[in-house]
Amino acid sequence: MTSNLQASVDRAPTEIHAGFIPLTDCAPLVVAKELGFDAAHGIRLQLHKEISWANIRDKAEAGLLDCAIMLAPMPLASTLGLGGRPPVPMIAAMATSLNGNAITVSRALYEDMTEADPANASAGGIASAISLARVVEKRRAAGEEALTLGMVYPFSSHNYDLRYWLASAGVDPDNDINLVVVPPPLIAGSLKSGRIDGFCVGEPWNSVAVCEGSGVIVATKAELWAASPEKVLGMRADFANNNPDDVQRLIGALSDACAWLDDPTNRPVAAEILSRIDYVGIPLDILYMALSNTLMRPAEHRSSDTIIFSKNGANFPWVSHATWMLTQIIRWGQMRAPFDITAVARAVYRADLYRAAMSGKTNATAHSSDSKTEGDGMFFGNDVFDPNEPIAYLQTLPMRDMRVDLAAFNAARS
Amino acid sequence: MLLMTGLRCATRRTHNMPQSARRCRCGSLSERFSCTSLFFDDWNLNLTLSEDDTAIRILVVDEDPIRRAIIEEGLKEAGYSNVVALATTLRLVDHIYRLDPDVILMDFGNPSRDVLDQMFQVSRIVRRPIAMFVDHNERGTISAAVDAGVSAYIVDGLKKERVSAIIEMTISRFRATDKLRAELDQAKSALKDRKVIDRAKGILMKSKNLNEDQAYKLLRQTAMRQSRKIADVAEGLLSTIDLLEPPESSE
Repeated sequence: MTSNLQASVDRAPTEIHAGFIPLTDCAPLVVAKELGFDAAHGIRLQLHKEISWANIRDKAEAGLLDCAIMLAPMPLASTLGLGGRPPVPMIAAMATSLNGNAITVSRALYEDMTEADPANASAGGIASAISLARVVEKRRAAGEEALTLGMVYPFSSHNYDLRYWLASAGVDPDNDINLVVVPPPLIAGSLKSGRIDGFCVGEPWNSVAVCEGSGVIVATKAELWAASPEKVLGMRADFANNNPDDVQRLIGALSDACAWLDDPTNRPVAAEILSRIDYVGIPLDILYMALSNTLMRPAEHRSSDTIIFSKNGANFPWVSHATWMLTQIIRWGQMRAPFDITAVARAVYRADLYRAAMSGKTNATAHSSDSKTEGDGMFFGNDVFDPNEPIAYLQTLPMRDMRVDLAAFNAARS
Repeated sequence: MLLMTGLRCATRRTHNMPQSARRCRCGSLSERFSCTSLFFDDWNLNLTLSEDDTAIRILVVDEDPIRRAIIEEGLKEAGYSNVVALATTLRLVDHIYRLDPDVILMDFGNPSRDVLDQMFQVSRIVRRPIAMFVDHNERGTISAAVDAGVSAYIVDGLKKERVSAIIEMTISRFRATDKLRAELDQAKSALKDRKVIDRAKGILMKSKNLNEDQAYKLLRQTAMRQSRKIADVAEGLLSTIDLLEPPESSE
């Protein structure tokens, strides 16, 4: 297959329209275009900067975009028709980045957390939620208003990570907190003006809030769940079916871009390219914080793997990642009508496509298994997720939408 | 002001207008604004709306003041009297709660579309559940809307047929606004080019003792030789002159 593709390099490169949201993790598309990884694979990327995830979804569904860097749950949400929309089958052909988000709170809230529970406030990761729970409790006892936290989209790892983090400490994200959507470019400003008390967002917006003096990063996504799903290359299933060669070329180009991006010596250049106004348009020193693992954190926190583009087979679209996201869609009542979890995960997360595109490559990074168990103290504290038992896993979680009939979901499993 | 004048000519109405815009000045602008071609045939909707339809509460959210005015006016002319147009999306959810609209129209340039997506998930925030207008049978309308950059949200229970006309009109007005803006940009840039060329000609006439024709010829020859636009050559000349001449004292 690969040799066929290389032999056909003489043909005119296919133009592929790809959408992105200005965030640090749009880098794979941007680098593929700017450094010519697209041309090397016989495609020409036309990039479209979009301002909202709804735009990305609508333009991809309408065929105005061939593909886009999407939030990892988005192809699942479109396929299921979440949000009262007609289902449009979408796929994830590869993961384009892991981690990359963080939870940031206002300075005032951080002071309250420190006062209520100093050890956990500065512990980072999942433990920091315990100090937040103390503040929530105190405010309730004093009859004060509930805290307002922002995230960027209902079908996002941000939403699920933030909810997981809150629920782990006994805070109900639907009743103890006002959880609101704030678009990334407005989120740091909303924290500064006091309209929200904290947020979960992708870089560079946490660092922007820290640099403006309004926010404190209390947990990174890497601390909550090491090497966790964040962005994928999403596209309509019929585009993938009708253009199999172009999809392979696209996977090849983006995989090369991701490998280039994971080399620490290339990251200053990546920061410079991303800082351009056509892309993220944020000063490169702020962009470089996440790219160089030098997030400005309280106490002695040394962040690692703040954002992963390639290493350890990071581009592999794990079917088990999709299964986990589906459990969260069910957990929070985003889809109450039963569906076959495993079948949907397999249909959307196309490990087979990625493996085919990578076969025969020297830098092949495809895993042989489609799914893996999460745990080993690197998955939300000491939680364990067995992708073969999604319903049993849901039953162990401390909080969920009780209107959802888990037995019916179990019955729907193939 | 030019825009509003052009707009009025197309709608062939002159009442309810600010005093200054009342007189149609299209004659003087005919080169740049051929008013009738600016808009599509369906500019004036021939709809027979029932009283129920005209009572539909519509919220337009658009930061672009020109387009906002064009949409709002189109809706009112079509008989929808319950239209509120907002520029800001600050506290959007509060506004929606207060206004309780049946239909929300929002442009694709607005990042708050993601806020509305969340509202579909948590409908307890608003009085009535709202969903994006997506019709299985009208994929064409939706593609056209996405292409034009319009999104529409409707409350649960509102019949889709009652909303289609609103959306179609909004799409055509979005397109018309784009076209209007493109023509305006073109006119502006042509005007700017002419000013630059005139100044460059003046400098050449003075410094090389040429007449106006000769000065223009010289600019044109240089442009052809360098494969550049005349306005770019003129601009280059002006910036060079600015460098060479001492800045004028403001005193």
